[in-house]
Amino acid sequence: MKTRRCLIGLLIAALVGGPLAGAALAQAKEIFVPLLVYRTGPYAPSGIPIANGFVDYFSLVNERDGGVNGVRLAWEECETQYDTKQGVECYERLKGKGAGAAVVNPYSTGITYQLIPKAPVDKIPVFSMGYGMTAAADGRWFPWVFNFPTTYWSQASAVIRYIGQQEGGTDKLKGKKIAHIFHNSPYGKEANPTLEELARRLGFELTLLAVDHPGQEQKSTWLQIRRLNPDWIFMSGWGVMNQVAIKEAAAIGYKMDHFIGNWWSASDADVIPAGDGAKGYKGATFHAPGTNFKVHQDILKVLYDKNKGAGKRDAVGEVLYNRGIVNAMFTVEAVRTAMGKFGNKALTAEQIRWGYENLNLTDKRLEELGMKGFTHPVKVTCEDHEGNGPVLFEQWDGKKWSIVSEWVPPMREVVRPKLEAAAVDEGKKLGYTMRDCSKEK
Amino acid sequence: MIYREAGQFKSTYASDQAIFPILQDRAFVVLLMGAALAVPLVADEYWLQAILIPFLIYSLAALGLNLLTGYAGQLSLGTGGFMAVGAYSAFKITTAFPQINILAVFLASGFVAAAVGILFGIPSLRIKGFYLAVATLAAQFFLVWLFNKVAWFVNYASSGTITAPPRTVLGVMVTGPESTAQVRYLTALALAALFALVAKNLVRGRVGRSWMAIRDRDIAAEIIGVRPLRTKLLAFAVSSFYCGVAGAEFVFLYLGSAETLAFDITLSFLVLFMVIIGGLGSVLGSFLGAGFILLVPVFLTNAPHAVGLELPVALKKQLELMVFGALIIFFLIVEPQGLARLWQITKEKLRLWPFPH
Repeated sequence: MKTRRCLIGLLIAALVGGPLAGAALAQAKEIFVPLLVYRTGPYAPSGIPIANGFVDYFSLVNERDGGVNGVRLAWEECETQYDTKQGVECYERLKGKGAGAAVVNPYSTGITYQLIPKAPVDKIPVFSMGYGMTAAADGRWFPWVFNFPTTYWSQASAVIRYIGQQEGGTDKLKGKKIAHIFHNSPYGKEANPTLEELARRLGFELTLLAVDHPGQEQKSTWLQIRRLNPDWIFMSGWGVMNQVAIKEAAAIGYKMDHFIGNWWSASDADVIPAGDGAKGYKGATFHAPGTNFKVHQDILKVLYDKNKGAGKRDAVGEVLYNRGIVNAMFTVEAVRTAMGKFGNKALTAEQIRWGYENLNLTDKRLEELGMKGFTHPVKVTCEDHEGNGPVLFEQWDGKKWSIVSEWVPPMREVVRPKLEAAAVDEGKKLGYTMRDCSKEK
Repeated sequence: MIYREAGQFKSTYASDQAIFPILQDRAFVVLLMGAALAVPLVADEYWLQAILIPFLIYSLAALGLNLLTGYAGQLSLGTGGFMAVGAYSAFKITTAFPQINILAVFLASGFVAAAVGILFGIPSLRIKGFYLAVATLAAQFFLVWLFNKVAWFVNYASSGTITAPPRTVLGVMVTGPESTAQVRYLTALALAALFALVAKNLVRGRVGRSWMAIRDRDIAAEIIGVRPLRTKLLAFAVSSFYCGVAGAEFVFLYLGSAETLAFDITLSFLVLFMVIIGGLGSVLGSFLGAGFILLVPVFLTNAPHAVGLELPVALKKQLELMVFGALIIFFLIVEPQGLARLWQITKEKLRLWPFPH
């Protein structure tokens, strides 16, 4: 009898009290950034370093500089498990906190697709750094979405250019066989249209091989690779799929230096499980790996020496940790840009959107931030939310990643027209109209 | 004392056969509907968008599965697949014929899902129990694979994502990013209420009785004149119809855009758990189960914060999963017949209160 009664009590408490709990207010004098993270679930090995890098940079700005021009940053993490539905729940929960979310970093292409239509309605900019919907790089159609420093399409074209360089010129690509192994999701499919277009133009033979979520089972894919014996393999993988693919490639004895992962398929967690087999594996990136930068020294000194770091000391400098830093740095610099116009106070999300759109991150500024050579300068404009940044290539030597190329520019002349056409398509689907950039200031 | 039917005499067949024969129940339902209608006035967007809308949609899907599994006794793991059929056919229909009212599109996509459901229900004539569950699993995997593979279903979008286009009903924006959560909530509420009423009447009538006959002993049912072929396929059709409408709502009213991953096997399991926790063979149970599975995790995530305990998010998530799992086991041990049975017991207790024997 008693159990039943307390059972019912429990149930009512859960149903009624559940969502009521949890609303706490951030202080109004801060800039609040919700962080959608995934520290658990199948994608946690990738999610943890990104989240730590992000949080550490924000902490650094607060601790070392006392915030951005005196305005402190506030943030709250929400666990999404890289799951779209949980991501939307997180967004809805956090968007109204305190003075309201300044910007949202969805950290999943699936969640980005959910948030893009909401952005202009809620007036919260979406910053999907190097992921999300490529077509959103056309700022005339998608004023609220930013995906600089570069997009999947630009990346794919840069990879092809890099392969061309290795072969001795893009004209040498004719007749070469290139395989694209991709995560069978909106994210993985992003690069396909660009690769198909380039295959038509440059005359290489493209094979598209899909791997279904989560990607633990790839035997049939690698059987096809064996039969096909491609000259180069490009991979758009994520999470456990990367480790499995690299292990499989090593198992069939594929030449690893002809196997290139995109920037979500080339981190420390991806290559370590394959052991020595992964030696020579390459990856695209838009920032350097390692800790040889002043910003890392600051993080170690200001945070980790005082036990304020978000993660383990050894993990500082991992590829994805550094990506978290870059993401946080872009966010902070966008806020700073906005403050240049609107003053040093807690800004609205709309003002921060302006900051993103007018972000001009120069080499000189990067040096001031202690990031010289860490990433490439970026200039965002009203038309171009991508910044058209170039891509670096890194290689795994069995112990660490090191950069093996110059900055490889994407093929803008190929990508941009397709991107603009896609932006019209996607924008019309949502009932948008194109804005006139000459009227923006 | 309050909840007692003494003095309420039934003088007509109609009043005897009413869904809620007791006055207090009717009053309660009216109050509940009134409260549900008043919710948009008080609830904020988070409540509507992240809790109530998915609750109504999952309830509808759970109701669909409950008709098939709870009433007709056919175990199915294809719910996610049938919901995907509803979602993708709604997307195809409304993009091809934008002038059709979106509510009609929801119904039409339900019929498409029903047709697919009949197709995958055919093996149920030969296969029973767990083996049927495996056969419906094939539907789940095949359908999701199909929508991922064939670009026609997503109108050749390179990302493979379907996006709910803006549509209005009577001049009010119902779908798309511009539609307010209030309108979407009311739409979902109307559909859930309508289909719950239909389901309740189905299971009280000839159709529901024949389903239950098949569930309880199919050979006996056949002998007394219930035709297994027709009955089972009808159960699959109606169940898939419900799931199809829920799937269409899932994309158009809740997510706004979706990929096939949203309809994967975990969704099928989630809906099945709702049915089991809520109570097999109960319309009310579908709603209670959906509420339990959706709300308890939200409560558990927010609980540490509410009592002033700041935990790292990863730990919070893991705690949530552990406590939630333990709660499911606890409920299944204490009341294996689900929350609906608990509700029934409460009502019986209430009739005797405050003077139990």
